[in-house]
Amino acid sequence: MADEFLLQVGGVSKAFGGVQAITNLSFRLFKGEILGVIGPNGSGKTTLVNLITGFVRPDSGKVFYKARNITGLQPHKIANLGLTRTFQIARPYDSLPAFKNLIVPLNSPRVRRTRGGKLGDIEAVAIDMLEEVGFERDARVPYKTAGSLPLGYLKRLELARCIALKPDIIICDEIFSGLSMSEITSMIPFLEKLHLEGITMMMIEHRLRELFRLTDRVMVMNFGEKIAEGMPQEVIENKEVRKAYLGTETS
Amino acid sequence: MDIVIYGTVNSIVFALIAVGFTLVYGVSRIPNFAHGSIYVLVGFLTWSFVNDLRMNYALAILLSLTIAAVVGFIMYRFILIRLRGMATSEIIASFAVSLVILEGLRMQGIGGFKGFIGPFYVLRPFIEGKMNIWGVFVDFQRLIIIGGGIAVVGLLWLFTHHTKMGLSLRAIAQDERAAMMLGVNSDRTAMISLSIGSALAGLAAVIILPLGSVTAEAGYKVLIYALAVSIIGGLGSWAGAVLASFVIGFAMKISTAMFGAVWESVVLVGTIILILLFKPSGLLGKQKELEERV
Amino acid sequence: MLTGDRRKKRLDRSIKVRTEGLYAVSSWGEMVYLIAPRFVLIVGLFTLPLVLDMYWQRVLCSAGIYALLALGFDFLAEFVGLVCLGGAFFVGVGGYISGLLNAYYGWPPLLSIPVASVAGAVISTLILLPCLRLRGIYFAIVSFMFPLFAVYIIVALGVFGSTEGISALATFPNIWIEQYLILVAVILSLFGIRRLVSEDIGVIFQGIKDNDQAVKASGINITAYRTKAVFITALIGCFGGAYLSHLYGWLGLSLFAMDFSIMPIAAAVMGGMGSLVGPVLGAFILTPLSEALRGFGQLRVVLYSLILIGFIVYKPEGLMNYLQRKYHQFELWEKV
Repeated sequence: MADEFLLQVGGVSKAFGGVQAITNLSFRLFKGEILGVIGPNGSGKTTLVNLITGFVRPDSGKVFYKARNITGLQPHKIANLGLTRTFQIARPYDSLPAFKNLIVPLNSPRVRRTRGGKLGDIEAVAIDMLEEVGFERDARVPYKTAGSLPLGYLKRLELARCIALKPDIIICDEIFSGLSMSEITSMIPFLEKLHLEGITMMMIEHRLRELFRLTDRVMVMNFGEKIAEGMPQEVIENKEVRKAYLGTETS
Repeated sequence: MDIVIYGTVNSIVFALIAVGFTLVYGVSRIPNFAHGSIYVLVGFLTWSFVNDLRMNYALAILLSLTIAAVVGFIMYRFILIRLRGMATSEIIASFAVSLVILEGLRMQGIGGFKGFIGPFYVLRPFIEGKMNIWGVFVDFQRLIIIGGGIAVVGLLWLFTHHTKMGLSLRAIAQDERAAMMLGVNSDRTAMISLSIGSALAGLAAVIILPLGSVTAEAGYKVLIYALAVSIIGGLGSWAGAVLASFVIGFAMKISTAMFGAVWESVVLVGTIILILLFKPSGLLGKQKELEERV
Repeated sequence: MLTGDRRKKRLDRSIKVRTEGLYAVSSWGEMVYLIAPRFVLIVGLFTLPLVLDMYWQRVLCSAGIYALLALGFDFLAEFVGLVCLGGAFFVGVGGYISGLLNAYYGWPPLLSIPVASVAGAVISTLILLPCLRLRGIYFAIVSFMFPLFAVYIIVALGVFGSTEGISALATFPNIWIEQYLILVAVILSLFGIRRLVSEDIGVIFQGIKDNDQAVKASGINITAYRTKAVFITALIGCFGGAYLSHLYGWLGLSLFAMDFSIMPIAAAVMGGMGSLVGPVLGAFILTPLSEALRGFGQLRVVLYSLILIGFIVYKPEGLMNYLQRKYHQFELWEKV
C-alpha cells in the first residue's frame, strides 16, 4: 500500500464535563484502505467520528485531511471536502420519500461543482442511486416515506447519502448494528465495490467477523485511548485487547 | 451602595419570577406561557379577598396560592396532558390560557364586573416603613423580598433533594424514561410540577406586588422576564436561573443608574442576544450537541 | 343499525392513489376534480370585495394581512422547523420603514411598500441571524420577545414618533386598489410558497426540519438555508406591515402588538398547520369573527383563545387537513 495518507489525526482529546471521552489519540488513514475501529461500548468511537467530521470540536489536537488542517471546521464544510460519515442511529428525513432524502446531498456545493451547475433530472439520479445501494425499484420502495422504512433500508439510505456526495472518505459508524445476518451479507459486497471504486473507508464496528472480512488493518480503542493497532489476527491475540473485551482480571 | 442593595433586590425579584417557570420546564419540559397570567391572577385574587370579602391578609394569600395551584393542575389535566412532547402546541395552548386569564380579568360589563383596569389595585406591604442600611433607605417590603427569595430557593432545594416527591421530580427531569421504568409516574410529576410552579408564580406575586400596583399588563412583562431569565440561564437549569437573575438584575440597575430608566429593557435585549451569540444553550444550560451516546 | 355491526371504510379516490404529487390526468372529470378547489378559492377571494359593504371591505383587508402572517408562520414552522412566535416583528419593521419613507421623504405608497418589504426583510433577517443557530423552543421564545424589545427600544430612543406614532401618512387612492393589492399578494404568496416547498430548496428545508445533523453531514450549510427561509417569511410579513401602515395612514407602536403574533398562529392552528391553504382560510374566518365580536371588548380575545385551545386539543389537524381528507376519500359504512 502506498504511504500516502488521506487523514491524519494528531493527539486529539475531548472531555464531556468530567468524562474524558478521548485521550491523546493519533492515527493515520491511508489512501484506499479500509480501517476498522473496534472497542467496547463507551470507548469513544462515535466521539472520534464526531471529532473528525466536525460535529464536536476537540479540546486539543489536530485533524489533517489531505494535508489541510480541518480542526474546528464546520461539519458541512468538511463534508464538502469529501469526508463523509454515516450516523450510528440512522437519521433519515422521516417525512420525505426515500429518494427525496438524496436530493439534499445532491444540492450540496460539492456535487454542484462537479456537475458543472446543471443537475439534470435530479430525481432520476436519486432513484438510480438508491437502486445502486439495493433499493428494489419495482417495489416502489424509493417512493415510500423514509420514516416508514425498516432499519435495513435506513442503513442503506445512510450510505447512499454519503455516496451522493462522491466522497473520498466514508466513515461508517456501526453500519451493521441492528441488521440481520442476511442483510449484512448482502451489504458486504456493496461495501467491497465502493472500496474497489477507490473510496477510502473507516468502519466503526462491533461485528468483528464481518468486519474482518473487509478490513486489513484494525485499531482498538478502550476508555478513549488507542490500545492496539495492526492486522486483525495480531490484534485479536493482543493481551490488552482481550482484557478490554473479556474483562479478565489477570494482568 | 444604592446599586448593590437595589440591584440585589432586583435580582431576587427576577429569581422569584423565574423559579416557577424553570421548575416546570426542568421537570416536564413544558414551557408554561401562562406563568405571568397566574402571577397577575394571584395578585387580583388576593386584592379581591382582602378588599371585597374583608378577609384576613394571610388567609387571602393562602387561599389565592391554593387557587393558583389548582389552576396549574387543571391546565395540565385537561389541556397540556394531551399535548405532551409537542413543544409548539404546548406553547400555543398555554399562551392561549394566559390570554384567557389576563384578558378575562380586564373584561368589563358581564354580571356587573368592572374589570381590573386602572391603577387602584394596590396590595398592602406586609410591614410598613423603611430602615437605613449603610446610608440607603430601604423599605421593609424590599427586605422581605430578599428574605423571601432566599427562603424560596432554599426550601425548593431542600424539597427537591430531601423529600420523596422532590426526588422523583428531579429523577424525571434528568432522565424521563429511566425514571418511568423505576416507577415514577411522569404525568403525575408533571402535574405536581405545574401546580407547584403556579403556586410559586403566585408567591412571587404576593411578595413583589406590594411594591407597585396590580395590572393585567404586568402578566406579559412577568412572562417576558421569566423567559429572559431562563433563556440566559439555560432552560431548565435552576442554578443557571439564579445566576441569570443576578446578571440581569444588576445589568438593569447599573444601566438605569448610568443612562436612565428607559434603557433598562434595551439592556435586557442586549444581554440576551450577547449571551446567545456566545453560548447558545445559555449560561449553564446543557443542550445536547448530539443525541448519540459518547 | 348498531355501530357494533358496521364500520366506516375509507378509500382514497383513484386519482389520489395513482398520483402521489405527480398528476397524470386522464379525463375532464379528473381535471375538474383537481382544479375545482383552487378555482373556488381564487374566484371566491376575488369576488368578495364586490359583494361586501364598505365596513367589511376594510375587514377583508386586515384579514388579508393576517392571512399573510399565518402563511409565513405555517411555512416556517411546518416546512423549516422554526417556530416563530414574533410575527409582529415583521409587521412592525415593514410598517415603520414604509411609513417613515412616506412621512419623511414623501414616497408614494406604491413605491414605499415594495422598498419597505425588501429592506424590512433584510433588516429583520439580519436581526434574527444570531438566533438561527438556536433550535426548537429556544428560537420560539426568543422570537416571541423581539417585537416587545423593538417597542422598548423605540420608546427608549424616542425616535419615529416614539409613543405617539406618526399619523397622516398617505393612504391608497381608492378602496379597490386597497383590497385587490392584498388579495393578489395573498394568492401569489400562497401559490409561490406551495411551489417553493416542492422544489429542491423546499426539500432541503424539510430535511433541516426533520434532521439538521444529517443535513450538515450532507455538506449543506443549514444556517444559510434557514436565513433564506426567514427572509422569505420576513418579506411576506414586512409587506403586510407596510401595507397596514398605509391602510390606516398611521404608524405607531401597536404595529408591534401581540395581536399580530397571536392571531396568525390561531388562524394557522384552526385552518390546519402544514397545509398552507389552511392558515389563509383560517385568517379569513377568524378575522371577521373577531371583528363581529368587537362590541364585546376583551371578551373577543378570550373567545378566540378558547377557540384556539379547543382546536389544538380536540382537532389538532385543523379544518383544512380535515376537508382535504374528506375530499380525497370515499367513505362508506360496511357490515362487519
